[in-house]
Parts: sequence; structure tokens; C-alpha cells
Amino acid sequence: MTSREIRTLVIAVILFGLAALLPFSGNGYFISIGVTIAMYVVLSTSWALFSGPTHYISLATAAFYGLGTMIVATGIETVPYVVLLLISAVAGALMAALVGLATLRLSGVYFVIFTLGLAEMIRQLVSWLQNNLGGSRGLYVLTDLTEDHIYWELLALAAFVFLIGWWIGRSRLGFAMRIIGNDETVAAHCGINTARSKIMLFMVSGMVAALVGALLAPRWTYIEPNIAFSPLLSFEVVIMALLGGTKRLWGPLVGVVPFTILLEVIEANYPSQTILVLGIAFLLIVYLVPHGVVGRLEQSFAKFRRGGN
Amino acid sequence: MDILITGILLGGTYTLIAMGLNLQYGVARIMNLANGEMLVAGAFAAFWTYTAGQVSPILSILFVAPLAFLANWIIYRVILMPLIKRAKNQGQLEVDSILATFGMGFAFVGIMIATFGADYFSYDYLGDGVQIIGNTFALNRIVAFFAAVIICAILYAWLYWSRPGTAVRAVAVNPQAAGLVGINVRRVSALAFALGGSLTAVGGSLISTFLTLDASVGVLFTMKALIIVIMGGVGDVRGVIVAALILGLAETAVATLIDPGLTLAAAYFIFILVLLFRPQGLFGKPTS
Repeated sequence: MTSREIRTLVIAVILFGLAALLPFSGNGYFISIGVTIAMYVVLSTSWALFSGPTHYISLATAAFYGLGTMIVATGIETVPYVVLLLISAVAGALMAALVGLATLRLSGVYFVIFTLGLAEMIRQLVSWLQNNLGGSRGLYVLTDLTEDHIYWELLALAAFVFLIGWWIGRSRLGFAMRIIGNDETVAAHCGINTARSKIMLFMVSGMVAALVGALLAPRWTYIEPNIAFSPLLSFEVVIMALLGGTKRLWGPLVGVVPFTILLEVIEANYPSQTILVLGIAFLLIVYLVPHGVVGRLEQSFAKFRRGGN
Repeated sequence: MDILITGILLGGTYTLIAMGLNLQYGVARIMNLANGEMLVAGAFAAFWTYTAGQVSPILSILFVAPLAFLANWIIYRVILMPLIKRAKNQGQLEVDSILATFGMGFAFVGIMIATFGADYFSYDYLGDGVQIIGNTFALNRIVAFFAAVIICAILYAWLYWSRPGTAVRAVAVNPQAAGLVGINVRRVSALAFALGGSLTAVGGSLISTFLTLDASVGVLFTMKALIIVIMGGVGDVRGVIVAALILGLAETAVATLIDPGLTLAAAYFIFILVLLFRPQGLFGKPTS
């Protein structure tokens, strides 16, 4: 490790340590927002792991998230929670692999379209299974876990995602992804198995999203497919990640915090206007900050430096 | 037999909507994910004129079509043109247009909900039954089907037997080469985009005569139209007609035989088969 990397690591550990202190404030409202922010941080960072270098917009976050939630809700009575978390992670990776095998060998548009309806399709299937295999639609998840625990769990998962992202960035896979992102034809001619690299990365992203869903299941206590597969979640994650910027590992973080707070305010005051805000956010990102806030700042900074010399 | 006829009737309207998307994606090269919202707009216009002024939905097409044409032309010129000029390659334009059209779609849904509420809207128009080979079908479905067939026939004739139609097809095949033979590619693209949006809105007006819709249902229709276009092959008119009928049949079969709640799953099943076996479209030639 270079000294620069050590410095980054120390700063990251200190920041995580500070973030972990939040539940001790005892303020329920802050902790609740903290859980939401931590959830979006994990989701959009893991989204950016895949969609950042490939430029493939995945809209499947809600599908993975819902999958994790439903697995926990279905099995909580009979199977230990930890085992359910493992099952969710494996199921998320497996589903990502299947989606990837069907679409990632082809062009990116197919992938976007496929992920667009995935959550809704799985919701239909789950509802249908529940109606026909007996069992009620509503499931209860009753555990001893409080919001504090969920917050710490999510924070740990966030640390894991950052570590994995950092490791991928240094690995052969990360190098391959950067080449694919710049020019897929070149990558293929270099002997990179482009489809396999993309599928592997998408599996990481899917696994993490399913885990987040599983971790958050105890927060809701009552779960039915319509709640688990919330259609807007996928889009919120995309907006937050793009708003922050996907070039840097910590880019999405910059988008998550302000946008989560904005969403909280909108939902509290104008509950039916969330979708309008999402629409405007999409348009603003495309026209004003196509490389995210971080990308924009780095551009200005580079310009300033050049101008200074 | 019942499934067959209902499926074909449904597929006829789907053809119109998918044809609209096909013009936008195949010719103008814009992946328009707000396509379903344009459909809802057309449906809502028909609903509104029918309940407020007792104007027949079939007649309302006469003003829905030009209005939607104008609206889509403005969208292409004002909102999408900057992205087209900015894009360094097709991939970047695709990402940008996906995000921008999502934004437009969401903004549209938000405005609809804010002004008219999130309620379902439907009205009773030609709800009487008609006997066809022993089974009863609602008249509105049959009227919508024939209206769709007539519009598709006109479009087909225009595309294949007129000079502007030929220009549109030329741009669909290869924009660079079309430019070389003196076709104003940007103008033809704008025309195709506007025409596509207009077709989709008309499809929405027709669909509203027999389906109950609400402001946020658009994305489902976008999804169906996308699956049809991919199955039929991008830019392929005949392929889209066949694909729309297949989807209409499959959805009706699943809805009647298994469960009406599984129509999207049926569409996905077809989609997966297409991706695995014929990603180039039903009648497309393998590229590599």
C-alpha cells in the first residue's frame, strides 16, 4: 500500500467510526433517517460498482431488494435469521447471474429493458405463488432487532461494499471493466471475456442489493409483495448514484445524503409528488450534471489548476 | 377459439403502439421510455372528450393525432436535440435518452397525479356484445381493432409506396448512407419521432375504450411495446405486426387459462425466449 492509500484508509475508518456512533444520540428520528441513508448508500454504491464502468443502467435494484425481503419474510418462522441472510445473498447473486446470462451477452439496451420490468414481474409471480400454494399474502417478521441493530448491520455492509469496490478496482476484473467501459470491441480483442466479466460484477451488485432487502425486512414487521417490490426504489437508487457521480467509489455517497433528505421532506409534506421530483431529478442530471456532482467538481478543479499555472 | 379472437383483437391495438415505438427507436434512434406515458395521454384525451363533450373516442383520434404529433416534434427538437448533438457515440446517446425520457415520463405522471388525481379512469363506450362464431365479444374491442388495422394499413402504404416513407425506411437502415443520398436525416428523424408518438397516442385513445387505466400505468405499456419491438426486430414493420399478435395471444391465453395477474410474466417468458434464441428479431438475419 502506498502512503496515499493508507491515508484514505485511515480517513475512511474514522468516518465509519463516527457514523457508527449515531445510535448513541438516542434521537429516534435521526436514527430512522440514518437507516434510510445507510440503505441508499449501500444500494447506490453497489449499483455504481456495476453500472459505473459499464454504463449499463440497471433498474433491477427493487427486484433484488424485494427478493431478499421476501426470503426473510417467508422463512423467519422456521429458519435462523443468519441463515436467511446467506440464502438471500446467494439467491440475489443467482438471479443476477440468470439475468446477466440472458441479456449481458447482447447489447446494453436489452439489459435496461429486461431490468425495467423485472421487479413487477417477480411481484406478480410471488403474489400468484402465495395465492395458489396457500399461505396468506401478508407475512410478519418479528425479531428482537431494533433500528440501531439494522443501522449497524447496514453500516457493516457498506464497509464491505467499499472494501470490495476498492479490491475490484485493483484486480484484473476492475482493469477489464475499465477497458470494457471505454471500448468494448477493444476489450474483446484484448482477450477479455466481456460477458463473463460483466456478469460477475452484476452478481456482486445483485447479491448486495438482496442482502440489503433481507437486512431491512425486520424494520417493516408486516410484509407483502406490494411493499417488498416497491417500484420506485430502483429509480431512486439510479438518481442518487448518478447525482453523486459513478467514477469514484465514494461518488454515490455525495448524491445519497442530500437526496434522501429531500425525499424525506417531500414525502412528509407532499406525499403524492415524489414521482414528479424523481422526474425532474432525472432531467436535471442529464442536462446539468451528466458526470455527477463529483465529476463536475473535479472538472472545475482541474480547470482551476490549469488556469492557476 | 375465444382466446384466439380476443388475443388477436388485443394484438391489433398493440401493433399500433409498438409501431409508434419502432419508428422512434428504429428510425430516430431514440430509446423512448416515456412511450407509455404518451399512450396514457392519448387515452386520457379520449376519456376527457367523451365524458365532457360526448365526443366519440374514434372521432377524438382526429385531434389527438395532430396534437400528439406536434407535442412529440417539440419534444424531439427541444429536449432531445441537445443530447443528440452532445453524444459522442450511439452508446452515450442511448444512456442519455433513456434517462431523459424516464425523467419526462415521471414528470408527466407526477403532473397527471397532481392535477387529476391517481384514480382509475374508464368510461362506457360501445360496451354491447357481438356474436362471432358462437362467442360474445365487446363491440368496443372490435371497433378498436379495425381502427388500428386501418391506421396500420395507411402507415404501411405510406412507408412503402411514398417518397417520404422511403426516406424514413432509408434512415432506419443506415443514417450515414441516407445522408449521402441527399436525405435530410435530422428532419426525417424528427418526423419519424413525431409520427411514432402520434401513433402511440392514438393507440392509447383506442385502448381506453375497453381497458381501465390510471396515470401510472404507462410503464407497463412501455414494457410491452419494447418487448414487441425487440421480438419483431428493430425497424421491421412486418415483424412488429406478427410479434404484437403473438404477445396479444400469449397474454390472453395466460389471463384466461392461468391467472389474469400473470400477464407481465407471460410477456417476460416470451422476452426470454426471444433473447435466448432470436435476439435479432423474428425475421432478422444474424449479424455476427
